[in-house]
Amino acid sequence: MARLNVVQAINLALRQEMRKDKRLIVLGEDVGKSGGVFRATDGLQEEFGEDRVVDTPLSEVGIVGTSIGLAVNGMRPVAEIQFSGFLYSAYDQITTHAARIRTRSRGRFTCPIVIRSPYGGGVRALELHCESQEAILAHTPGIKVVIPSRPYDAKGLLISAIRDPDPVVFLEPMRVYRAIKEEVPEEEYTVPLGKADVIKKGTDLTVISWGAMMKYTREALEKADYNAEIIDVRTISPLDSETIINSVKKTGRCLIVHEAPRTCGFGAEIIAQINEKAFLHLEAPVERVTGFDVPFPMYKLENYYLPDERRILKGVEKVMKF
Amino acid sequence: MPEETIKSFNVGYLQVLDDEGHADKDLMPELSPGQIKELYELMVLIRAFDDKAFKLQRQGRLGTYLQVKGQEASEVGAAYALKKGDWIFPSGRDVGVLITRGHPMHMLLQYRGGDERGMKAPEGLDNFPITIPVSTHIPICTGAAWASKMRREDVVHMAFFGDGATSRADFHEGLNFAGIFKVPAVFVCENNGYAISLPRARQTAAETLAQKAFAYGFEGIQVDGNDIFAVYSAASRAVAKARKGDGPTLIECVTYRIEGHSTSDDDSRYRTKQEVEEWRKKDPVDRLEKYMKKNKILTDEYKQSVTQKTRDMVEKAVEDYEKVPPPEAADFFANTYAQPTEQLKEQMKEL
Ligand SMILES: Cc1ncc(C[n+]2csc(CCOP(=O)(O)OP(=O)(O)O)c2C)c(N)n1
Repeated sequence: MARLNVVQAINLALRQEMRKDKRLIVLGEDVGKSGGVFRATDGLQEEFGEDRVVDTPLSEVGIVGTSIGLAVNGMRPVAEIQFSGFLYSAYDQITTHAARIRTRSRGRFTCPIVIRSPYGGGVRALELHCESQEAILAHTPGIKVVIPSRPYDAKGLLISAIRDPDPVVFLEPMRVYRAIKEEVPEEEYTVPLGKADVIKKGTDLTVISWGAMMKYTREALEKADYNAEIIDVRTISPLDSETIINSVKKTGRCLIVHEAPRTCGFGAEIIAQINEKAFLHLEAPVERVTGFDVPFPMYKLENYYLPDERRILKGVEKVMKF
Repeated sequence: MPEETIKSFNVGYLQVLDDEGHADKDLMPELSPGQIKELYELMVLIRAFDDKAFKLQRQGRLGTYLQVKGQEASEVGAAYALKKGDWIFPSGRDVGVLITRGHPMHMLLQYRGGDERGMKAPEGLDNFPITIPVSTHIPICTGAAWASKMRREDVVHMAFFGDGATSRADFHEGLNFAGIFKVPAVFVCENNGYAISLPRARQTAAETLAQKAFAYGFEGIQVDGNDIFAVYSAASRAVAKARKGDGPTLIECVTYRIEGHSTSDDDSRYRTKQEVEEWRKKDPVDRLEKYMKKNKILTDEYKQSVTQKTRDMVEKAVEDYEKVPPPEAADFFANTYAQPTEQLKEQMKEL
């Protein structure tokens, strides 16, 4: 077994699925000859040729729109949007078509596409190269939203996303693209969509996060005086409510950490579900440590914006000392 | 009934200065020796800035930087055709446009150093901030130009973007509105051969980018983008036309990006050294120098003094940049809305 980082795990998943399924094509800006700006598609064009690994014009609407067309006519496109900040224009195609084709045609046409995109901050990037849009996407019935936090899951979740009969937006946490290495089996395996991962059992409180924040939340909790149960959500939509509710029923306390802005962030939905299903088990209000309600700042200020150890531990204290 | 041609278009191409620095007298725009020196000094300054910014990035003193080397004639020639009071809408690479338009260099470094305060245009300069999402500023330029037209102001608006930008809807929608509402705008497309790794041929099957304007009911022209006189000439004509109320123009400057796409790009993956070397021979600064020498506008002493002066200016900018105190987190809370919301006031306490 090889120790891979997230980018390499994604590359491996794409390569193996392309070998198995001739309908699978990869398309996007700079994905072919240059192998992607993060090298996620490195070497794929050499192996599968220019017809299956396609460098497109600079057009997010074109990439997503044609992917939808390819998908409704029998292909399995995996589109790359170079940074999730450039997904906004394509959101029209995603919400008005990808998400609705099944409904609109009563299943006569379907849209099995995957839209991969690096997302999130913390890498000293330019403006609009740091967005976290999982809540906006999750608010679109008809699409699934998946966020791996580590290499093993990146491979297994991406394969599930590719094989899923419905459109999936697959957000890849840029900040941990190369920051985590772990054993990733060469053999085929999948990680199911819609299943959260309890990455550590605990009794004092439940801490929920996803994406790059998972790593930093975990590290912060090592310094906490409490035995936290830690949940990696992995699939934002559909949410694995059961795992979350069972954990909160057990611990009675919950902290959610995400880097997207607080107002209408996905944490709000999780809190609503806890209120609906575990209210009487709560010993403290559910706490959120999140990004602020501001456009993601340029990098000199990003460390103030991103939830850090100090804010996470403060959140833990608040939940525990209530 | 016979089929007939009901409309056809001709796409012009303008070159004034050849690779050897000979200017075509009939095509030469009206420029005094003093003005030619000014253009030259700007181009040399931008090159010095660009080289320095690249080095600063390599030393970890600056964030991601997009080099403009090779495109100085396109940037200076177009922006120089504007008056104070006109507007510009630059994209990520266009430090040359911003320097020509008087944006302080230390602030450009500040911006590239991850401090958004560096993008705040000084009072009196209508420099719209750099736009990162490719082509999205084009309809905004159209809208701003429309406002000037509604108020009958003598103001021209100029947007800058690359060849890649012409693939996105924003470009087409922005130009379409500009044509219909006949706004005083000039669209400058710097076709530098690439959009990151993708060659210009991947952006459109059309032979030129200039011809796209005709679909929106106005003129497009292609110029040699490494020829400062051609760019300036086309731009000043387009600006004059806009001022007269005769509507927009698209100018395609055919140029070349000599360095990688950005400081994090490895261009050996998608183009050959020979290709880059061929373009180095068409260098816009060298070409203007040759012309100036032939026409006795440039002496060795003058050249030296310009090199020295521009280097000093850049060094001073670096010094000023590194003296700027870092921004405080309150900065982003203060600048999101005119008045911080209740939510923001509460969140501020978490810092
Ligand atoms: C909408 C959008 N998609 C993708 C990107 C990522 N990106 C940054 S620059 C660039 C290429 C731009 O090419 P071009 O418009 O020709 O301008 P150039 O960089 O050559 O000056 C790309 C793809 C972006 N900034 N915005």
